[in-house]
Amino acid sequence: MSKANLLDRRQVVSTLLANRKDVVAIGGLGASTNDMCAAGDHARNFYLWGGMGGAAMIGLGLALAQPKLPVLVITGDGEMLMGIGSLATIGLQKPSNLSIAVLDNEAYGETGGQTSHTSAAADLVGVARACGIKDSKAVTTMAEVEAFAKAVHDVSAGPRFANVKIDSAGLERILPSRDGTYILNRIRGELGFQPI
Amino acid sequence: MHARADAPDTAPNWPDEIFATLQRFDVRQVPYVPDAGHSKLIQHVLDSSTMRGIPLTTEEEGVALLAGAWTGGQRGVLLMQSSGVGNCINMLSLIPILRFPFLTLVTMRGEWGEFNPWQVPMGSTTQGVFELSGVKVLRASNAAEVPAVLEAAASQAYNALTPTAVLLSQRLIGAKVFTK
Repeated sequence: MSKANLLDRRQVVSTLLANRKDVVAIGGLGASTNDMCAAGDHARNFYLWGGMGGAAMIGLGLALAQPKLPVLVITGDGEMLMGIGSLATIGLQKPSNLSIAVLDNEAYGETGGQTSHTSAAADLVGVARACGIKDSKAVTTMAEVEAFAKAVHDVSAGPRFANVKIDSAGLERILPSRDGTYILNRIRGELGFQPI
Repeated sequence: MHARADAPDTAPNWPDEIFATLQRFDVRQVPYVPDAGHSKLIQHVLDSSTMRGIPLTTEEEGVALLAGAWTGGQRGVLLMQSSGVGNCINMLSLIPILRFPFLTLVTMRGEWGEFNPWQVPMGSTTQGVFELSGVKVLRASNAAEVPAVLEAAASQAYNALTPTAVLLSQRLIGAKVFTK
């Protein structure tokens, strides 16, 4: 795999969320959730600080409950690998309003930069496609990131999956809220749901 | 392979009663890993126009799915076998953190006339795992008590956000019979 021209993760995420409109974005445990906060806190951001491997499934549950709502999961290669079976579950359900963007730095950045399976062998695009997510692609340029960000709004043509090769440099941590009930109920409020 | 010993009747009605209760509570998403004991209920769900059956590759996917469903305003229930409870443990931490309604129906193995020793360790720790993880456990040991247990479980899960597991005992389901 080429190491040249790797994208900047913050630039990728801020581009994905720049014209988000009604998109609900789910950030997987790790740097992805911080990247979302760095792009600007938003009432439709679902920040995960745990539940590793669960980001895509939270996206699926929300996408099935709200079929007209664009749902975007932004997560890392390690988090996606831990929930790799969820790609098969999503491939079976085919929610047309769900998009998944993996920020792939080929490493577990939060734990010391140990290499992940994508550094040498695992091809997440191939996995996603083989699981039935036909619109699965490797993204290597900002133009492709912009195109993906636009496609997220088409809630009739998903599910779609993008694996974005990013630079593994560690960045300043921008920490979102850690209060899960606040985060979840803020989104529910945005979608018009009352507390129980 | 699917014959059952000690089952109260050949075509039990309790799965129909579970389905009716779930309908009444407006349950919409039903993630599951198949189990023979859940087969009739799963078929009801797959035939339903209001519920969506969602096959999982592993049970913890269902915990995360239910968090997402609730974010989008829908209730769900996770169907699994006792072996699957161990697969869920870390993901169960989402429940107290996010406070979404959590109901799971678990068919038990390894506790009543079990033939397969490999089912016994997880079957023996299922209730303890739930309780250590903050999930209340209710149990149905015979067909007659299924409706009341389901009603109580669904009420407290959906009305009081009290995470609840219903253990459908192996005595209720019948021990799986293995024949050569």
